[in-house]
Amino acid sequence: MNRMTAAAAAQGGLAPPPTMNHDEALIEAHRCLMCWDAPCTRACPTTIDVPGFIKQIANHDLIGSARTILESNILGASCARVCPTEVLCEGACVLNGLHERPIDIGRLQAFATDDVVFGDGDLFTLFTVGERTRHNVGVVGAGPAGLSCGAELAKLGHSVVLYDANDQPGGLNTYGVATYKMDQATALREVEFVTGLGVEIRSGTAVGRDVDVGELFSSHEAIFLGVGLGSVPLLGLEGEELDGVADALDFIADVRGGGVDLTGESVAVIGGGNTAIDAVTQAARVGAERVYLVYRRGRDEMKAYPHDIERALMSGVEFIHWSAPASIEGEGSVSALVCYRTDHSTDGVLVAIPESEYRLPVTMVLRATGQAKRVSFFDQFDGVATDRGGRVVVDEEFRTGNQMIWAGGDCVNGGKEVVNAVAHGKAAAMSIDRALRSGAAGK
Amino acid sequence: MADLSVNICGIESPNPFWLASAPPTNTGAQIVRAFDAGWGGAVWKTLGDPIENVYSRYSSVDMNGQRMMGFSNIELITDRSLEINLIEIAEVKRRYPENVVVVSLMVDSNPDAWDTIIKQVEQAGADAIELNFGCPHGMSERGMGSAVGQVPEYTCDITGWAKESATVPVFVKLTPNITDIRVAARAAKTGGADAVSLINTINSITGVDLDSFTPRPVVGRMSSHGGYSGPAVKPIGLNMVASIAADPFTEGLPISGIGGIATWQDVAEYILLGATTIQVCTAVMHYGYRIVEGMAEGLSNYLDSKGMASVNELRGLSVNKVVDWQDLDVNYIVKAEIDQDKCIHCGLCYIACYDGAHQAIGVEYKDDETKVWIIDDLCVGCNLCSLVCPVQGCIEMVERDHGQTHMSWNDYLSDEKPGELYPRPKHGLTIGPT
Ligand SMILES: Cc1cc2nc3c(=O)[nH]c(=O)nc-3n(C[C@H](O)[C@H](O)[C@H](O)COP(=O)(O)OP(=O)(O)OC[C@H]3O[C@@H](n4cnc5c(N)ncnc54)[C@H](O)[C@@H]3O)c2cc1C
Ligand SMILES: Cc1cc2nc3c(=O)[nH]c(=O)nc-3n(C[C@H](O)[C@H](O)[C@H](O)COP(=O)(O)O)c2cc1C
Repeated sequence: MNRMTAAAAAQGGLAPPPTMNHDEALIEAHRCLMCWDAPCTRACPTTIDVPGFIKQIANHDLIGSARTILESNILGASCARVCPTEVLCEGACVLNGLHERPIDIGRLQAFATDDVVFGDGDLFTLFTVGERTRHNVGVVGAGPAGLSCGAELAKLGHSVVLYDANDQPGGLNTYGVATYKMDQATALREVEFVTGLGVEIRSGTAVGRDVDVGELFSSHEAIFLGVGLGSVPLLGLEGEELDGVADALDFIADVRGGGVDLTGESVAVIGGGNTAIDAVTQAARVGAERVYLVYRRGRDEMKAYPHDIERALMSGVEFIHWSAPASIEGEGSVSALVCYRTDHSTDGVLVAIPESEYRLPVTMVLRATGQAKRVSFFDQFDGVATDRGGRVVVDEEFRTGNQMIWAGGDCVNGGKEVVNAVAHGKAAAMSIDRALRSGAAGK
Repeated sequence: MADLSVNICGIESPNPFWLASAPPTNTGAQIVRAFDAGWGGAVWKTLGDPIENVYSRYSSVDMNGQRMMGFSNIELITDRSLEINLIEIAEVKRRYPENVVVVSLMVDSNPDAWDTIIKQVEQAGADAIELNFGCPHGMSERGMGSAVGQVPEYTCDITGWAKESATVPVFVKLTPNITDIRVAARAAKTGGADAVSLINTINSITGVDLDSFTPRPVVGRMSSHGGYSGPAVKPIGLNMVASIAADPFTEGLPISGIGGIATWQDVAEYILLGATTIQVCTAVMHYGYRIVEGMAEGLSNYLDSKGMASVNELRGLSVNKVVDWQDLDVNYIVKAEIDQDKCIHCGLCYIACYDGAHQAIGVEYKDDETKVWIIDDLCVGCNLCSLVCPVQGCIEMVERDHGQTHMSWNDYLSDEKPGELYPRPKHGLTIGPT
């Protein structure tokens, strides 16, 4: 096997790309031009000083490099793996303008943070933690937004409790991102790193079910809501109750749990966004015979990122554009997805082409048509409003209409990236800290 | 194909590429391989009373991913017996009569010692001898090497002894560990040297191991100052070669240029500044003998592109382009110009000029980009921005003709100055009292 085919083989599996070794990292770090007012830093929602940490790698100061990253972004280790760097820092790298490969910022960031985040070093040599205060903050949701908010508050000396409905903390980092970007064990180890800062996590504890809102208010002076989005709603198709029809998120969560094998199965995933693209790629990589991505529009309108689309294609996924599901057939379990063809009408509206139905023989159908908003959840909180898109309304400090409640992450932006959730959590933490210290929080 | 052959004090060499006296010329077997690879000549690893080396011997300065930018060694002269070396010299010359074998020598400072060894190597077939007055470590403490090279009288005397004994040309290898290299070269010439070779290595400490606090290279728990070579020393070698070439006293004295040579460009530069042959050590220690192929090919293509039939046409063309500062034209005006189409918005020129030079570059973050421009009135034409710019041809220094008269500093100071000094932008008071 030459180096190229070895890399391709490595790409085909469920495992994330290998981390850099020291020599690789040095060579790559030395390629960085160290721009002034660097565009990579500007492109990062958490404004990591990218040239700064890269030069620290080059100068053999890994602790310093890790600190530079983690001070801006406490989830720097997972962002290094899951960020769509091609559209963020690496996309902004000036080397693109020289028709050069941009700096491999993501993998350098993993290299810089891995030892610190996944090792058992003393965190408090890394961060100076503020003097302990008497303030106590409750965070709902231990996904990236909640973890970031909690970690920053802990660093500032406050007591923090994170409540999460799931069995395991980490939100979509644990359950949702593709295995070939980051495995579950890595996500969970990063959560441990955050808890090492002194935050408490109560998993399997849903607010509104296991803890009521009143209790939350009585235990905490300020609340941060980082509850993300819900599951993918039913499509309302005939046959949707059959075995083999599922929410793509549940499917991905199962794959992340391990042991899923689709040998002999044919899978259709409905949708054209990031969840759809991950679901098809995952399905292809756990052995499915045929994998179809069924999307009602063309390639250019897909919300999925080009590099993810490329990865799906390289994993053997077949794309079916301009098709939408009509019904699902099967006895007990799925045997086919019935689709019809679509097109743009002259005024740009999507229309069904009459009598265009056809059957796609599949044994599984996964919904990836967008996660539901948790609108009813927010109704439990006085003063917390949602907009017409179901997103929580906040001010520039991520405070809701309730002076005690802040919110951030997917539930605020309608679903973006981990790094945006981290940025929200951090900004909210700063605001909460100011409010607590000035006595302007709820109580 | 240009002719690369050269003649240095009567010795014909198929090309100017020689190996310097060092590990790449330790043994006959190595030199045979080097000649096969294309090297025109080799200066045999310095012979004398064989020594013993310490184990750990080299250390390096690595920069921005470039290994061995600078290289340091604490090796001494040959550790092999004279007898074996002599047999090998004879065998190499028998097999490669067209290639040049110069034998480097270093013995105690007495005429008999020099006489004996010179006769022996001549008999073995050496085309020339090179007196190693350069080695800055180990041998100098024993009264040899740079201990000789640093004292012009010794250099002159010992060169004289060698000339009395030798029938082949005598090269004197100079140490750069001296204030004015011309003094050493003059001494060698006065002693009768047929040519000079330079530079030998520069006294150095490449760094300190930050865990053990021992400088490198670490020998047990100690270190010693070493001889510095490699790409980092080329500018020093070039300057020394040029100043000997330009010195009226040593004018015409053939020079074998050494120091940091790795590519055909390096070779061309040494030759332009007056060298006839060049010698290479560190680059071969890094990449092997094969680098000579690129040197030969590149130099020949370059000469063709300049319409030169022989490398000899190149020699010395830059020597009189090095003048004293006072003779430079103070009315030569250049200003930086940025090609905005090529700019990749890295901001490096801005911050370099702002913090490190004359605050003559403007900046604005607009349309998702760092926009930079030269503030023409403030630009002093220092070149810094064009040096830090990572894009070829993006920042050019453009000559301005404002009708100013050509005028040197000396002219300007003279009673009849030919014209006015073209005004320089200067900052007035930049901070006031608090
Ligand atoms: C399939 C998929 C793949 C993705 N891939 C990437 C990727 O590669 N890169 C990337 O940057 N982003 C990716 N994202 C987006 C990213 O995962 C999210 O933007 C990010 O996780 C949002 O963080 P969050 O904390 O706002 O929400 P979440 O990660 O969703 O976390 C919310 C947490 O709140 C908890 N919760 C909800 N309700 C309650 C309640 N009532 N009580 C207690 N806890 C509650 C949930 O259990 C959950 O743990 C992907 C998303 C999906 C769906
Ligand atoms: C390991 C080592 C050993 C050397 N030994 C000798 C020597 O025995 N005699 C000598 O004249 N110069 C010796 N030199 C100096 C080289 O010949 C040469 O002058 C110097 O390294 C500069 O050239 P470079 O930059 O191409 O290496 C030695 C250099 C090195 C690196």
